Amino acid sequence: MLKDRNLIAPTDFSVDEIEELMQLADRIVEDPDRFNEAARHKVMATLFYEPSTRTQFSFQTAMNRLGGSVIGFSDPSTSSTAKGETVADTARTVSQFVDIIVVRHPKEGTAYHIANNTDCPVINAGDGGHQHPTQTMTDLLTIRHYKKRFDHLKIGVCGDLMFGRTIHSLVNTMSRYEGVEFVFISPKELRMPEYIKETCRDRNVPFTETEDLESSIPGLDILYMSRVQRERFINEEEYLRLKDFFILTRDKLDKAKDDMIVMHPLPRVNEISTDVDEDPRAVYFNQVKFGMYVRMALIMKLLGLDEGLAK
Amino acid sequence: MINVSKIKEGIVIDHIKAGQGYKIFQQLGLDKINDVVVLMRNVPSEKMGVKDLIKIETPLEINFDILGLIDPDVSVNYIKDGKLFKKVKLTLPKSVVGILKCPNPRCITNTEKIANVRFDLVDKKNKLYACEYCEARTKL
Repeated sequence: MLKDRNLIAPTDFSVDEIEELMQLADRIVEDPDRFNEAARHKVMATLFYEPSTRTQFSFQTAMNRLGGSVIGFSDPSTSSTAKGETVADTARTVSQFVDIIVVRHPKEGTAYHIANNTDCPVINAGDGGHQHPTQTMTDLLTIRHYKKRFDHLKIGVCGDLMFGRTIHSLVNTMSRYEGVEFVFISPKELRMPEYIKETCRDRNVPFTETEDLESSIPGLDILYMSRVQRERFINEEEYLRLKDFFILTRDKLDKAKDDMIVMHPLPRVNEISTDVDEDPRAVYFNQVKFGMYVRMALIMKLLGLDEGLAK
Repeated sequence: MINVSKIKEGIVIDHIKAGQGYKIFQQLGLDKINDVVVLMRNVPSEKMGVKDLIKIETPLEINFDILGLIDPDVSVNYIKDGKLFKKVKLTLPKSVVGILKCPNPRCITNTEKIANVRFDLVDKKNKLYACEYCEARTKL
């Protein structure tokens, strides 16, 4: 039962609860129009203390497509925060108006703090470099749609593995499934943090680390790309030497499995060349749509709106 | 060797790792007690070589979480009528509330006034605790 729960970190939901959410998301993907009255008369607040247009649009369209309404702000200077109100007080006040709160804040732990101070369900839409669970749910729905399973997958994750919170969450969540294997592809300066590798070891999930993207591609079921950021390097020469290793081009896909999928949380800069976009294995733009569908499912589940729906 | 007489009623915190006594003294707020408190440092010990020792001549409610956090190997002896009547062995607490401060400057607990933040033990060997809000690790 996910009714009245919060989603602060991806692992807040058990494997069974994720399955429950995904089953509803599958039905939404199949026929979204069927759900266009599901959240009628329900109101969602989007409290965005820092701009994130895409995530905010995704939540807003999700609620709109369920027939509900949205209030909120995307700039705290337009809210009472500018008058010195605490985040907890803003949330307490807003929760008197709405049925569900979505929050994004640059400080880590803010969504958890808000959840502790309100009675309505709270969804974390990103708290600094900490968690962004609906991106993980988006990734999961995308994987489920294309691979039809979460177990027995060989997943390559490439780019900035040190600071990429999306990747940390994905590895943390996917490592709970049987037969999953990882290839961590990154420059040595941006390797996966030890505590994530520790989690893999604890769960007996095999992983390898490499700097070579091209030779890692054959055998992968999923290639999850992320951005290597210039500002992470102290040495410009080192950046120039390594950056091309991590650019996915059409020819690098020649040796990939026919059913491998290429994912990316977006925005992309230059780590996937645009000629890859036409390849049927490139699913990163579809991923955005799955993000909206999974948020529709999440809103419905947390508000208990799927109860009584005909299967 | 300096002699400190036996206490009639109170608490003896024994087997403190040498050098930790002052930290325990401070963290337990023993400087605020009006009764007799003695902190002995570098006391010869058969078991430990040298140890620190604290004697408190008053029945006091000890915060075992703080004590366990600093040194889980200390023993706390309760004395009544000059005799030992209770001995408490400490362990590293599984979680502590309101004692530790999150070291992460980006954590919301350092911006908003949040009282009683819980920290959970995540690394027994290194005595590391994780902030319930941002999961940043810290120790006392």
